[in-house]
Amino acid sequence: MKKNHSNHGAHSVSRRNVLKFGVASGAMASVGSLGLGSIFCPAAQAAPALPHEDFLTSVCANNCGSTCILRPVVQEGRVMRVDTDNSVEDNWQEGIFQVRACPRGRSMRRHMYAPNRLQYPLKRTGERGSGKFERISWEEALGTIAGKLVECKTKYGNESICSLYASGVQVGALMRRESFYRLMNLMGGFALGTSDYSSAQNQYGMKYLYGQSGYSGNPTSDIAHTKLAVFFGLNITETRMSGGGLQYEVLEAKRKGNTRVIVIDPRYTDTCITIADEWIPIRPGTDAALASALAYVLITENMVDNDFVRTHVQGFDASSMPEGFAPNLSYKDYILGTGEDATPKTPQWAAALTGIPATRIIQLAREIGGAKPCYITQGWGLQRQAAGEMNTMAVAALAALTGNVGLRGGNNGDLDGYSPGVSPRLPAGTNPVKARFPTFLWLRAVERGTEMTALRDGIQGADRFPANIKFIWNYAGNCLVNQHSDINETRRVLSDTSKCEMIVVMDTHMTASAQWADIVLPSASYLEQPDIVGPSYAMNTDWLAFTTPVKPFFESRPVYDVCVDLAKRLGIEKEFTEGRSREDWLEYLYETNCRKNMPTLPETLAEARKVGLFMRAKNRDALPVRFADFRNDPVANPLKTPSGKIELFSPALHTIGKTWELEPVLGNRIPPSPQYVATWEGFEDKEGKAKFPLQMITSHYKGRTHSHYASVDWLLEVMPQVLWMNPLDAQKRGIEHNEIVRVFNGRGEVRIAVKVTPRIMPGVVTMPQGAWYKPDANGVDHGGCANTLTLYRPSPLAKGNPQHTNLVEVSKL
Amino acid sequence: MKKSYAFYMDASRCMGCKACVIACKDGHDLPLGLNWRRVPECTGGAWAEHADGTYTQNVFSYYLSVACNHCESPVCVKACPTGAMHKTEDGIVQVDATRCVGCNNCAWNCPYSAPQLDKSKKHMTKCNFCRERLEVGQKPLCVAACPARALDFGPREELIAKYGRANIAPLPPASMTEPNLAVVAHKDAQPANTRKPFLANKEELS
Ligand code: SF4
Repeated sequence: MKKNHSNHGAHSVSRRNVLKFGVASGAMASVGSLGLGSIFCPAAQAAPALPHEDFLTSVCANNCGSTCILRPVVQEGRVMRVDTDNSVEDNWQEGIFQVRACPRGRSMRRHMYAPNRLQYPLKRTGERGSGKFERISWEEALGTIAGKLVECKTKYGNESICSLYASGVQVGALMRRESFYRLMNLMGGFALGTSDYSSAQNQYGMKYLYGQSGYSGNPTSDIAHTKLAVFFGLNITETRMSGGGLQYEVLEAKRKGNTRVIVIDPRYTDTCITIADEWIPIRPGTDAALASALAYVLITENMVDNDFVRTHVQGFDASSMPEGFAPNLSYKDYILGTGEDATPKTPQWAAALTGIPATRIIQLAREIGGAKPCYITQGWGLQRQAAGEMNTMAVAALAALTGNVGLRGGNNGDLDGYSPGVSPRLPAGTNPVKARFPTFLWLRAVERGTEMTALRDGIQGADRFPANIKFIWNYAGNCLVNQHSDINETRRVLSDTSKCEMIVVMDTHMTASAQWADIVLPSASYLEQPDIVGPSYAMNTDWLAFTTPVKPFFESRPVYDVCVDLAKRLGIEKEFTEGRSREDWLEYLYETNCRKNMPTLPETLAEARKVGLFMRAKNRDALPVRFADFRNDPVANPLKTPSGKIELFSPALHTIGKTWELEPVLGNRIPPSPQYVATWEGFEDKEGKAKFPLQMITSHYKGRTHSHYASVDWLLEVMPQVLWMNPLDAQKRGIEHNEIVRVFNGRGEVRIAVKVTPRIMPGVVTMPQGAWYKPDANGVDHGGCANTLTLYRPSPLAKGNPQHTNLVEVSKL
Repeated sequence: MKKSYAFYMDASRCMGCKACVIACKDGHDLPLGLNWRRVPECTGGAWAEHADGTYTQNVFSYYLSVACNHCESPVCVKACPTGAMHKTEDGIVQVDATRCVGCNNCAWNCPYSAPQLDKSKKHMTKCNFCRERLEVGQKPLCVAACPARALDFGPREELIAKYGRANIAPLPPASMTEPNLAVVAHKDAQPANTRKPFLANKEELS
């Protein structure tokens, strides 16, 4: 305890009650004990860097959905510190505003020059996963890789070579994943998963409902044009944190429109703090129950937009059911209890499931039904669930019922929407391999790829997958181990080197995945390679940055250059480069893409680089209204669904539901319309809850982008990895704030500090995803990696990762 | 008379992202365990469980972003036995490293714990309002960093006249030091003299 000095203030408040910063804590000590010396940081920088220094233009290009401008101050080829964009005066309405980086981007210097940054190519010396490596030359590393690629192609076929899903470099013409895709396409093709770890269930659900998948709605800034916006699980403030991105846009849009925002989420997120007027806590995985009860009230209180539904929707009620199906298979019959399950989806029914009082559900339905337009949208968490397809569809169905589709200030109920400017990519060519497995099932494809079928495993482009995965290329990603469900299962499969024979990880840092590589290649970072970069997918602005690199760290290299060297060894260099150097490619893309899209750019790339960043105005009121044509004339502008309409009853899903072979577990079924499905390890899994009573979600955390930046000590000291738990649950277990607890289920155990906070619902804990796995000798994880506890079981339709569907118990050590 | 400044923060916009903290740390090359700017989280409210399995609650939460407030009555200056801690003509409270003996008295007395001992440098350090940047017409690093545009700075008298001095939990009452921190309150802001322990992230404040 600190000494309590006399009070100098006029107020008589005891100093003990006054906020006192500066208390050394256990969490701090552990950060310090990482022993991160400052070997690569500038030796001494007594005075702050002066403002007249020269800045280079660079970016943070990771997968947070945004891209941010970083402006490094450089001395002798090293970054001394980074600044961010200050190139324009903010004018949100015109779509011109500073692309200010979040704390992750701002920590770039510490991240780049960290002791765990990879310096040289490495070869595994111990058992796979032992983390034992020795330094080798690039020559040896690339020789080994090229040799194995040829061997696998010859012995097992191109389908045995897999480029694992990875998003550590999400933008940039040459630094993204296309380099390897191009190489492999020229070599005869490779195995690539469909969809991703982010929104598989949403993409599939929306495809059947709206005929289109992926951020199909109005840009989220459109809330400026409505009086009511309802965010089902959308946490834009933490997940889209860029100062040039949606967090800022939604703040401005809400102010402009004086828009009331309701956030429905198990957590009182940072979005609740700055955006929400009201928070409605909900149990994870029950969003479809809430949506169904809202529909019940909308229907029974005559708040459905009948005109819209009649002309634009298939299967709302018996009158709009397609031929050949029982009329009571309609959506309305399901909701009112006249369908197969004979259960009316009343507010009382949903209250017990969601934890939301029935009166609040009724009131919410009336608010939604009474507002026109109403911006209904959803976050990505509610679809990353065991029955995530149903959650996503049930929420989006509300936008159809209320006729808000295709309206300014309305939406179709999909994920946060965007409208980013175009930025170029290296052409990847076409993949001669047509058979594809769902991304999440890559590990299954390692062990028994040839047993995987269309009906059982969602194989596309073939009835059966033709090979087992023998070679894995993992560039800028951590899904090999850290981000994939059930790490102990992953370890089991990967430790057998006769299954996947070679794993190559190319990355900037010694990640949890890199520990499992046979060959590790050190990658140049964003700041160490010249490129052309524009806004990432979750942005609404038009700009292009032409980056100037600093010296790459030790022997690290850009992925494009590495692929050129591999192409040489594979005898396809000419085809790969088309005779262009890296710089030639950038100039070519500048000419054919950038200047076409932004004709005001200077004539040459060299001139553009001198300026660095170019922005173009785009008025926020001119952002697209998606589905407007369909709304105006659904016959002339049909959707891409089989009927051309919004399908609240989908014959295609009906067939799938009857024919696909699904593992017989609770919730593994595919209804033909948006329905609530009780699932394994969900709120209604009584058997599971008897042993592991808490629902665990794995929310995004502002201290990291997925697992990116997870080891930066500057970030960890102010944003440590902690488990959130409600005081009611903590009390029951005698757990106190900040103590280290055991979090466990049948699959694993994590030791982690707990944040006891009313900001999470009782019965629910969150272990934010992305922290790096750090097992001890007994397999207990001390890194706080949520995938120690998740289950490797795909969702029924999308075969997506249900990483928010988990049951756990938490106890004192 | 030299121009003097106050910090301004709009707590209704602050999302607690800590870009300000990291921009300051990077720009001033601060060691681990030492952050001149910090982001306290203030959280309160309780839950009620009902017989039908539903819940009601009155949870609230907000953030503040706080560095040294270059107070009008800087208790750190009063507490300094060597005169190292002083308020300059332009209102910036700063440490004269040549006179500082690192006794920590200023830190103990400052209710914001703004001055912090740099153990390797063996003297106190603190926010200097990015004096070097102000002198060439630039914004302090934290202000220029804020992705939510919640942080700003401006002429002291004007800002304080318009917004008053920060008097919000979990900060101490403004009357203690007269901080030059103008705050637009969050809708759920609690008064500074509350006796409830609303500070929710003590361990993140180093
Ligand atoms: S993580 Fe995203 S928001 Fe943060 S600096 Fe990088 S691109 Fe910007």
